Amino acid sequence: MRDVQPVQDAVINNGVGTMNDRPIVRGLGLRKTFAERVAVDGIDLDIPRGRCFGLLGPNGAGKTTTLRMLLGLTPFDAGTLTVFDLPMPERAREVRARVGIVPQADTLDPDFSVAENLRVYASYFGLSRRQVEPRIDGLLDFANLGERRDARIDTLSGGMKRRLTIARALVNDPELVVLDEPTTGLDPQARHVIWSRLSELRDASKTLVLTTHYMEEAERLCDELIVVDHGRILDRGSPRALIKRHVEPEVIEVRGGADAVIAWPEIQAARTERMGSSLYCYTREPAPLLNRLQAATGIVFLHRPAGLEDVFLRLTGRELRD
Amino acid sequence: MANFDWTLPRARRGALAVWRRNVLVWRRLLGPAILMNFGEPLIYLLGFGLGLGVFVGQVADLPYLAFLASGIVASSAMTTATFEGMYSVFTRMVPQRTYEAILATPLEIDDILAGEMLWCATKGLMSGVAILLVGAGLGVVGGMSALWAIPVVFLIGLTFGGMAMIMTALADNYDFFSYYFVLLVTPMMMLCGVFFPIDGLPGWLQDVVQILPLTHAVALVRPLVVGAPVDAAGLHLSVLIGYASTSYYLAVVLVRRRLVV
Ligand SMILES: Nc1ncnc2c1ncn2[C@@H]1O[C@H](COP(=O)(O)OP(=O)(O)OP(=O)(O)O)[C@@H](O)[C@H]1O
Ligand SMILES: [Mg+2]
Repeated sequence: MRDVQPVQDAVINNGVGTMNDRPIVRGLGLRKTFAERVAVDGIDLDIPRGRCFGLLGPNGAGKTTTLRMLLGLTPFDAGTLTVFDLPMPERAREVRARVGIVPQADTLDPDFSVAENLRVYASYFGLSRRQVEPRIDGLLDFANLGERRDARIDTLSGGMKRRLTIARALVNDPELVVLDEPTTGLDPQARHVIWSRLSELRDASKTLVLTTHYMEEAERLCDELIVVDHGRILDRGSPRALIKRHVEPEVIEVRGGADAVIAWPEIQAARTERMGSSLYCYTREPAPLLNRLQAATGIVFLHRPAGLEDVFLRLTGRELRD
Repeated sequence: MANFDWTLPRARRGALAVWRRNVLVWRRLLGPAILMNFGEPLIYLLGFGLGLGVFVGQVADLPYLAFLASGIVASSAMTTATFEGMYSVFTRMVPQRTYEAILATPLEIDDILAGEMLWCATKGLMSGVAILLVGAGLGVVGGMSALWAIPVVFLIGLTFGGMAMIMTALADNYDFFSYYFVLLVTPMMMLCGVFFPIDGLPGWLQDVVQILPLTHAVALVRPLVVGAPVDAAGLHLSVLIGYASTSYYLAVVLVRRRLVV
């Protein structure tokens, strides 16, 4: 069963303490075309300060392209955009001075050790040794890399590299941290460490913008998110609001014997979806179907509350993307 | 042209951070670097200059060793800056994604390439000066005027570093650089007056080499090193500065198209 408690907490925490109500990012009608391919097709954004804002979408949805536009790294074909109320892309240098970026691909500098990576990166922000040096230890602790400060980058695990990349994004003490798939490819332990670090950042009232394919990540971290596909926003809201809006509260997944179950009259009360040999039954009243399933033999099933993944699949469909 | 951002580049102080990054990496490899800078030219100069010099005697009113050493000061700045501007810059731009990381900071491509070009020139300078020192040890340096060769060698490094970065901006892989070496670097090495005077070439070829930057580099460096008067210094300097600034501009435009998409 999925634990949705953290999301609730997050909503409560962020009801207070947002003194500055002007959105940190405002975009209107953003569009970007690569050759013939429309990557971002009219996206409007307003990202509130001090929250965690998520972009959720399948592969190729346009998440990275959208983030790159926010940073002035991808010129857009149409639309208007301000970050910190500064017009983009004209003021990109100033904006990036106040943003921390965790890119989708690893860009740590293999020619340097862990601590040197932080120092050298800080030098690109024009920070002096004296400003940076006192911060290094704190950042290494934050990344749980204190013991590895002199290690070479290629000796680090995927999780360590990711943590270092996040620490690196904080050297300039940014107001806004942009993370493109911060936990993709990591094991559950590594992912949980990163989640707790990101929660700390949010509690320190940094604004976070992150993209992810992991529904659990979005549910735990994001106060608000947009679901994106084919460069368009399909819907926007808190994880709970989206779940409420798009799917019935309970799901029964029938994994063995779906062919028989589909003919039962008890199934009428549910909205069903077939996926391979599994049958997904979305319903408000699971009891009749559950009773019959429990009585039947040879049928494997799972009863759970609906989650963001169900919303995601409902909005973006079940076909494979690439 | 569509998709090209022809805005004039504006490098700022951040370029120095890129340059410093390369210095830090280079510092660790000091041993092999010094060996390359001093060992190789020493062998060349002794081998060619002394060995071949016996047969050749005087060239352009100079002992062959002096003629050769002063030419190699210029050509080694060229090859060193070219290597750095192609292989090392490509490594940082493509497989290592260093520029992607840097572009997430306030720096722009204008700054990155300015820093890289300064670094190419710095390496060119180190190899040129190494040869100058070796040459001084062999008694071919004609006096204090040789100190003027030092800023010129730095300019040569900027010129060839910039030209190399154009190739890097266009390259899909390292193999691409072979074209540049075979079609440009090696011919310049042979024809631009490093090993023998240009006036030995057929007339039409003499005209062709006048458009090649190494010709002008050698024409400046040689007299400064051996202590002879420099002819047409303004022209030679303008050609080198023209190549350096134009190639920086083109490289910035090409890398913008490649990375800022
Ligand atoms: N430089 C580029 N040149 C051509 N097409 C591109 C380029 N970058 C992105 N695209 C295309 O634009 C679309 C959106 O890409 P984008 O990288 O923004 O998606 P994404 O949501 O980040 O996907 P993923 O989850 O796989 O990272 C895709 O169809 C992609 O192929
Ligand atoms: Mg992406």
